Amino acid sequence: MAEEIMQRVVKVTVSKLGVNETEVVPSASFQDDLGADSLDLVELVMGFEEEFNVQIPDDQVTSIRTVQDAADYIQKNVA
Amino acid sequence: MLLAGKKGLVLNVTNKSSIGWSIALAARDHGATVGVGGQNERMMGNVNSLLESQENMHPFMIDFGDDDAFPAFVDQVKSQFGTLDFLVHSAAFAPSEAMTNPFLQTKREDFKVALDVSCYSLVKLCQALEPVFADGASIMTLSYLGSQRAMRSYNVMGVAKAALESAARYLAYDLGPRGIRVNVLSPGPMNTVAARGVKGLTGMIQHVAEQALLPNAAVQSDVGGAAVFLMSDLSKAITGELIYVDAGYNVVAL
Repeated sequence: MAEEIMQRVVKVTVSKLGVNETEVVPSASFQDDLGADSLDLVELVMGFEEEFNVQIPDDQVTSIRTVQDAADYIQKNVA
Repeated sequence: MLLAGKKGLVLNVTNKSSIGWSIALAARDHGATVGVGGQNERMMGNVNSLLESQENMHPFMIDFGDDDAFPAFVDQVKSQFGTLDFLVHSAAFAPSEAMTNPFLQTKREDFKVALDVSCYSLVKLCQALEPVFADGASIMTLSYLGSQRAMRSYNVMGVAKAALESAARYLAYDLGPRGIRVNVLSPGPMNTVAARGVKGLTGMIQHVAEQALLPNAAVQSDVGGAAVFLMSDLSKAITGELIYVDAGYNVVAL
């Protein structure tokens, strides 16, 4: 489950940020390491919402900084 | 086909969740040929990939903030479309600080940017495209209820939308003699990139869905439907008007 979620998080990240899959490691920060700006972050969050059919309210968005954060949030909130 | 033979522009689109994109799809599905705009090279990446598998759609790039970009843009519209039967203006921006702090603290520069991008862009577009509009063309823009009511977090964008709604009436005044109509669509809150700039959007969407009169909240494709009506000759006596597409939320007090 966790592994499958991570794979899909990586897939969405690669497609939304146009980065190389090898860069999308769990500890990578979307902004600091993957070069996402605020607009990219919104697109990324909406990409996760669509991929996992989950809602990510904006007060939660700020706590999702890294690839692992995203996978953890989704794991917790997708039943 | 309600819009058979009609040609028009939807400016601008950010991604597939954009209300503008739903409008473009609806117009095309009803027989129109549609130019779809992006604000800059980066947005054109999104626009071009959206258009990849679509028929009767053409990409346009227009930076609303760059007056020098307009002559070439207008030439492109002329050479590709000849004349325009409709124009959809879908653009808004305010610096994030102005959308986060209380409205009382709005800075002059942020105020200017919000009004420039969200309101003047419509005036400039109409001005530049006036020679290209067919007589009887239909122009529309997108607003939000925060223009008429005070609303948490909507802040300077509410002021900008109030200005936009007023601008639409003045443009309707000036263009009326040519039979050109200018109207405003005001959708309920929707999950779009632009709306994500409003703090607490998810909660707003939920609240509105609970309070609205109809069981289903309005979504992007519903705005597409209303836009097709405004583009069509069915609405030829409607101008200067503000139409809510919000499942009735705006009429409810309690």
